[in-house]
Amino acid sequence: MSSLITRVRKLQIAQTIEKGTRLDGRGLMDTREIKIEQGLIQKAEGSARILLGKTQIVVGVKIQAGEPFPDTPNEGVQTVNAELVPLASPTFEPGPPDENSIELARIVDRGIRESKAIDTAKLCIEPGKKVFVVFIDVYVLNHDGNLIDAAALAAMAALLNTKMPNYEIEEGEVKIKQGYTQLPLKSHPITVTIGKIGNTLIVDPILEEEQVMDARITMAINEEGNICAIQKGGSGYFTPQQIVEASKIAQEKAAELRKKLDW
Amino acid sequence: MNEKPEKLIDKKGLRLDGRKIDELRPLKLEVGVLPNADGSAYIEHGKNKILVGVFGPREMHPKHLSMADRMVIRCRYHMASFSVPERKSPAPSRREVELGKVIRESLEPSVFNDLYPRTGVDVFIEVLQADGGTRCASITAASLALADAGIPMRDLVVACAAGKVDDQVVLDLMDEEDKLGVADVPVAYMPSLNAITLLQMDGILTPEELEKAINMAMDGCKKIYAMQKEALKTKYMTVKEVEE
Repeated sequence: MSSLITRVRKLQIAQTIEKGTRLDGRGLMDTREIKIEQGLIQKAEGSARILLGKTQIVVGVKIQAGEPFPDTPNEGVQTVNAELVPLASPTFEPGPPDENSIELARIVDRGIRESKAIDTAKLCIEPGKKVFVVFIDVYVLNHDGNLIDAAALAAMAALLNTKMPNYEIEEGEVKIKQGYTQLPLKSHPITVTIGKIGNTLIVDPILEEEQVMDARITMAINEEGNICAIQKGGSGYFTPQQIVEASKIAQEKAAELRKKLDW
Repeated sequence: MNEKPEKLIDKKGLRLDGRKIDELRPLKLEVGVLPNADGSAYIEHGKNKILVGVFGPREMHPKHLSMADRMVIRCRYHMASFSVPERKSPAPSRREVELGKVIRESLEPSVFNDLYPRTGVDVFIEVLQADGGTRCASITAASLALADAGIPMRDLVVACAAGKVDDQVVLDLMDEEDKLGVADVPVAYMPSLNAITLLQMDGILTPEELEKAINMAMDGCKKIYAMQKEALKTKYMTVKEVEE
């Protein structure tokens, strides 16, 4: 996911961060401005577009009848897919999903799944045979860093906006009826990614900062302030103290965002 | 499908396989098991059986993936179709692609990759039998295989999981505990540098429980670290005996 960056620029970014500020004037713990627009895709059951600074992502939710997994015959199915669309960055190429888009999709998926955000028990149509499948598709439209947090927020915003089709069963077939009900949700997780540059921790890195970053750690936080998913990434490391510190930052930032978004 | 047991930890504090909450499964480590590989290792961790082969540093294929200032590490994590109860399709799944990435990123901080610019090293992981905690066992073995290939390293990387089962934080989850437990926290660690190179979690934990789980996993790592070093030494001791 990286393009070229000069050594001078790398040094400049690292030195500014060491002094406690960022190139774009933010403090180390400041998130960029967030704008969320819901319901922009009328043909999808749910949708949302997020602008996180210059990072732009659209998430669409489609709901269709499908088969349950054999080990959870009474529960609906959730699947997340992410597309790093070539128009979003000069480094994205068309073709099957690479490891970056697979990882992005799986981090978003884990945050929603492990916090039990979707009440899958209510998505069962016929036990063991038919359930509703919730397809969450993440489309990255402009890449300027922190795709994980932006995608996770947009996915949650899209789920909050999702309407379930009403249905009835006629001779074993699912017939869609008029009208909609809200998708049943149990929790609203918020995902926070913390980057490490040198020995300094920052939140919401922009693309240039990601290219200098040693490592990142992502935590999904639920309403109770508990942690429901973690993923470390990047080719650097964290000390155990830094992990504890990152967990505190994630708690604080999640609480702050929760208040702002009223989730 | 087995019936789901009501409790995974009994009244005496023992787990389904009779282990205490902070006890590791039995481990067996072997180095230099594949004649064609530049470095290799085999690990048995509980019922996990995993083979790792390392090739390189060697010329990169395709060439445009090489880096002018460092060696590129590539990692393929793959599960054999017969490694799990239901046959797994041999095509790489999304889970395997993600694991290949996080395992690579857990090994990268340990390697002096600037010593071999324009080259690549391939780490191939084959899970022959899976029993919960395959990513951790893979990392432990892969680090040994890299060392066996003679690649200069800052430290060995060793990995172990902790998690929450019933209402207790426990060490080294096996398959049933991983599936039926509350949370799973795999940790990869370089003990001499006190650096965590992989951390993942799924499930729900309070911040206090998370800290406790990470500390427990690091203690487990330190025990496996001693066995790792022993396994490396054993290989070279046996060679010496043959020559005499």
